Amino acid sequence: MSRSRFSLVRIAALVGLVLLLGACSLIGIDDAPLTTFEPKGPFAERIDNLFWPVFWIATGIFVLVEGAILVAVFLFRDRHQAKEAKQLHGSPKLEVLWTVIPALILAGVAVPTTAAVFDLTECGTDAIEIQVIGHQWWFEYHYPDADITTANVMVIPAGEEVCARMTSDDVIHNFWIPALNGKRYLIPGQTTELRLEAYEPGEYWGHCAEFCGLSHSLMRARVVALDPSAYQAWLEAQQEGAPVPEEGTPEWDGYQVFQNKGCTQCHTVRFEDDSMSLVVAEGAFNGPELTHFASRGVFAGAILPEEGQDREDALGQWLADPPNTKPGSFMPNLALTQQEIDDLIAWLESNE
Amino acid sequence: MADLAHEMDLGHPEHESTGIDNRKLGMWAFLSSEFLFFGALISNYLLYSNRAGFTGVYPSEIYDIPFTSVSSFVLLMSSLTMVLAHNALSRGDQGGTRTWLFATAALGAVFLGGQVFEFTEFITLYDMKLTTNPAASAFYLLTGFHGTHVAIGVIMLLSLWGISRRQGELSEKHGMNLELVGLYWHFVDIIWIVIFTVVYLLSVPPA
Amino acid sequence: MTATAERPTTTIFRRPSSTTGLWSWLTTVDHKRIGIMYGYAAFSFFLIGGIEALLLRIQLSQANAEFLTAGAYNALFTMHGTTMIFLFVMPASAAFMNYLLPLLIGARDVAFPRLNALSWWIFVFGAIFLYSTFFFGTSLAPVGVDGIGGIDGNLAAGGGPGTFNFLADSPDGGWFGYQPNAGPLYSAGTAMDYWALGLQIVGLASLVSSVNFVVTVLNMRAKGMRLLRMPVFAWMTTVTSFLLLFSLPIIAVALFMVTFDRQFGSLFFAATNGGDPILWQHLFWLFGHPEVYILILPAMGIVSEILPTFSRKPLFGYSAVVFAGAAIAFLGFGVWAHHMFSSGITPVAQAAFGLATMTIAIPTGIKIFNWLGTMWMGRIRLTTAMLFAIGFVAMFTIGGLSGVTHAVVPSDWQQTDTYYIVAHFHYVIFGGAIFGLFGGMYYWFPKLTGRLMNEKLGKTHFWLMLLGFNLTFAPMHWLGLQGMVRRTWKYAPETGLEPWNVAVTIGAFIIALSILVFIYNWFTSRRRGQESGLDPWDARTVEWMVPNPTPEYNFAVPPVVGSLDHFWHLKYDQDAEGRAVRKPDGDEIVARIEYEQLNPAEPIHLPNPSYFPVLVALGLPIMFYGIIYHETLWGKALIAVGAIITLGSLIGWGMEPLEEPHHVEHEDHDQVGEASFDG
Repeated sequence: MSRSRFSLVRIAALVGLVLLLGACSLIGIDDAPLTTFEPKGPFAERIDNLFWPVFWIATGIFVLVEGAILVAVFLFRDRHQAKEAKQLHGSPKLEVLWTVIPALILAGVAVPTTAAVFDLTECGTDAIEIQVIGHQWWFEYHYPDADITTANVMVIPAGEEVCARMTSDDVIHNFWIPALNGKRYLIPGQTTELRLEAYEPGEYWGHCAEFCGLSHSLMRARVVALDPSAYQAWLEAQQEGAPVPEEGTPEWDGYQVFQNKGCTQCHTVRFEDDSMSLVVAEGAFNGPELTHFASRGVFAGAILPEEGQDREDALGQWLADPPNTKPGSFMPNLALTQQEIDDLIAWLESNE
Repeated sequence: MADLAHEMDLGHPEHESTGIDNRKLGMWAFLSSEFLFFGALISNYLLYSNRAGFTGVYPSEIYDIPFTSVSSFVLLMSSLTMVLAHNALSRGDQGGTRTWLFATAALGAVFLGGQVFEFTEFITLYDMKLTTNPAASAFYLLTGFHGTHVAIGVIMLLSLWGISRRQGELSEKHGMNLELVGLYWHFVDIIWIVIFTVVYLLSVPPA
Repeated sequence: MTATAERPTTTIFRRPSSTTGLWSWLTTVDHKRIGIMYGYAAFSFFLIGGIEALLLRIQLSQANAEFLTAGAYNALFTMHGTTMIFLFVMPASAAFMNYLLPLLIGARDVAFPRLNALSWWIFVFGAIFLYSTFFFGTSLAPVGVDGIGGIDGNLAAGGGPGTFNFLADSPDGGWFGYQPNAGPLYSAGTAMDYWALGLQIVGLASLVSSVNFVVTVLNMRAKGMRLLRMPVFAWMTTVTSFLLLFSLPIIAVALFMVTFDRQFGSLFFAATNGGDPILWQHLFWLFGHPEVYILILPAMGIVSEILPTFSRKPLFGYSAVVFAGAAIAFLGFGVWAHHMFSSGITPVAQAAFGLATMTIAIPTGIKIFNWLGTMWMGRIRLTTAMLFAIGFVAMFTIGGLSGVTHAVVPSDWQQTDTYYIVAHFHYVIFGGAIFGLFGGMYYWFPKLTGRLMNEKLGKTHFWLMLLGFNLTFAPMHWLGLQGMVRRTWKYAPETGLEPWNVAVTIGAFIIALSILVFIYNWFTSRRRGQESGLDPWDARTVEWMVPNPTPEYNFAVPPVVGSLDHFWHLKYDQDAEGRAVRKPDGDEIVARIEYEQLNPAEPIHLPNPSYFPVLVALGLPIMFYGIIYHETLWGKALIAVGAIITLGSLIGWGMEPLEEPHHVEHEDHDQVGEASFDG
């Protein structure tokens, strides 16, 4: 076929590819739990409402410019009888036009942008405060009012604003729950704030979004929104300590392993009988608090259990060799025997 | 125009040009970059100099302003002697050039000696080292780099002085070098004026 | 036509004088040879950086893959970014700027030929120093609070689970080296020191170049070549040089600060002692944002040369294009914190930087519309160079538009640190700068070699690359907004990210294939390509007024420039409608120009080659090796040795004249062609 026809085919193929890519924008949050395209709270929704108009304006400009390129190439292609081009040096009128029009469009975009920045940044005065502390490679959550500390799963009340006050224990991390809001840094030595609110109860996935070392890609987050009464119940349950296991049970054996293998160096466990609580010193290096380990749906930086994996299998895999699952993990391989692992699992899973 | 190299060596081509010698223009371009280099260092110091909460002593708590004023004066005088050296060369006074070149280098060395003394006091008497706190780190990085620039200047001045002594005079090419070194030297002095003002005179420790 | 000199003895060693062979390349001060060396080095790093990318893409083509260990993955993306930006795009631009700048302004060389050689040698030694990290660098486990960690056992045999672990001991703090993660505690070992000091060295190379180019443009233009008659590429070189002059010192300070933190215990970024990790980001991006304009402006200049030539009409709105370039550079210093919108800076700062970022879209848009205006109503010839230039405009527009969406600050809170950003900058750097550079290679190939590159292969290269490029980077917009974060070694299958990652990987291999086509084309065309003659493209600007390949002396007779597009106006008049009309004696004019340039009336004396640039440059990596190992005795010795080599060579250089005294000798005119590009 002729030269220009062939190019047409190639261009059509490219356009088709682009459209195909575009058409696949219809996968929802169930298939892509980290998507930004299905806001589930007011802040993410405000951002979504900003994004789409700008996107369509950009698409319009895209069609105009790329279209002009294609038209120019086809209309003004050198054909052997073609006349020489007019040696136009410019057109002041056009130049002014295509300086002023983009400026006006941008000004139009700038106004709602600026408004949203101010509206979305500062926490509301009635917001519930939850402190987020970033560690390599897990998120710690502390509820100052209730004085409880947990990890990996942040439980919030649905329909109410939460103010996450955030810092880091080591390097810069970035807390991101796409369905609820944009992301914000966790900076060692400083405090940042992020507004979070979910319209409905549900589970919302997140991820650390600032490169923070070996296991950055294994530092995930989970937010669970409960309806307000369930949230209250959860708070109350968390405020109680863990039950001390009965002697002679596997849970008791696990509890012994926990104490004898040095786990108390990093992990706090509070018991109903507070005199027995094993508490890591304030300011010392710490791992997740395990008081209510079993109440959390995910662990090890919210990466386990993997989809379809049995929870106890996952726990066994983790305890056997943490650095093998999470490179660089500060939780070492303690060369535990299978019996020790089974006992630990029994005890941990009893801490609901 | 056939003799490109000769033209370039002389630094003034015959065609479209600013009229400023290539090498001088080059030195100005380089110095404009250096302004930003020191600007970043000074900004860094300003950021940390009065930030509360550091352990250890803050630089602004231990400055000896009278002492530093004297060494600043010494450095300022070295700019004067530099001008005198340049003057002497334009008059063809090769001996005078040598004298004033040496004087500039000597004054620069005295300034450096003063810096060394000052830092030694800071370290031994007040225990303020590079590793004490961010304010101290910023102070030493800034003044350390400035001192390095002064030292390089002193080496260049002494080189010119040495060439002049060995050859009996500074040729036209080396005369340009004297101008270039002079520009560099004045720049180093101006930066010190800014440092002295902003770092020594104006900065205060946190409340 | 170089003069044969007596063996001069004005310096410690005898002045080199060879014109062929390896030694001549080591001591050359000819801007064209320096440009060629820059070009081959840059392209080699392009291939290395590309292989690094392919390895990353293999790892990412499957969820939960373990092709690479985490340590190797982190090292590869660190080195991919560092290599592509600092060791490919910048030196490739430098290759063009070095080769072409004097030709574009009608000069015989740059203002400081030996300084030019110096910047090349500093660059290549710095690049080797940086890459020697793969052999000598160490990357240890992070040491946390209370000193816990730092045990290699934490790394599970070197970098975690995975097959391919070679490279786990290399720089792995990211090309952006955010603190404190890339600092002494969390990136213990020497790998990141190689990174910091290596960048310091190559930065110095660029600084030295910029001084050279600024003086060259301001002082060495041919008669009549007023600033606003200079080709746009010469303008963009100038603007880029100013950007470098003002942004490099900032990164130099930042790199010194991080080196001091890592080596000497200073506390600039140590959060536990009151240091501010965000300070690093401010300093880095104060350099980093002008840096991206440094990456794109030369390619914009190349496109501004190619489009008019193959549209056979002038650049639409020349002054606007020039001033827009300058405006972009100027504004580019005011937008750096748009890389930090989620870093907790105040809302006022965020709004201000968002607005400033939107403002840059205006001069950028001006350039795009002016390029369109150049093509519009032209007489377009779709050579490979033209295809790449048009491809630049098309792809850069996409990247620019996604850039505007980043300026919508709250939207950026969702986009930042995701693959949406990766998509944006690859569209502007690859679809933009790299497409422009390839266009330039096809366009100016005749100047280097006297031959044309094969057009069929060129078009194959273009279409394959366009397809592969879009297949690789378009899905990344989608992946980012579907939640794929950056710098991620693994992703879980339940995130739904796998299918498009497979597509991306396929696209990457298509790009690789297209590059193989290019390499084949380059080397076969060099040897057997069709001869180009003086003016293969019927071009407009003065660099086409010298024979191909370019004689060593560039212009036998420097042009006296009467206008913008001086060469075109020598060949063409305009009719009443404003259309170009070839002058009746147009061909004669061109033939006469060729004859004149091949046969200079008198011998032309060029600056002699010199040892000193390569010696001065050699001292630097030696010193820096010493700094890394400064705690040992031999480390201290290396510092001393390096310093002595550099300082001593500087003194020798200072005493060496640019050109040795010579006799005039009558040479055979036909030998001229051999004095130029060799090898």
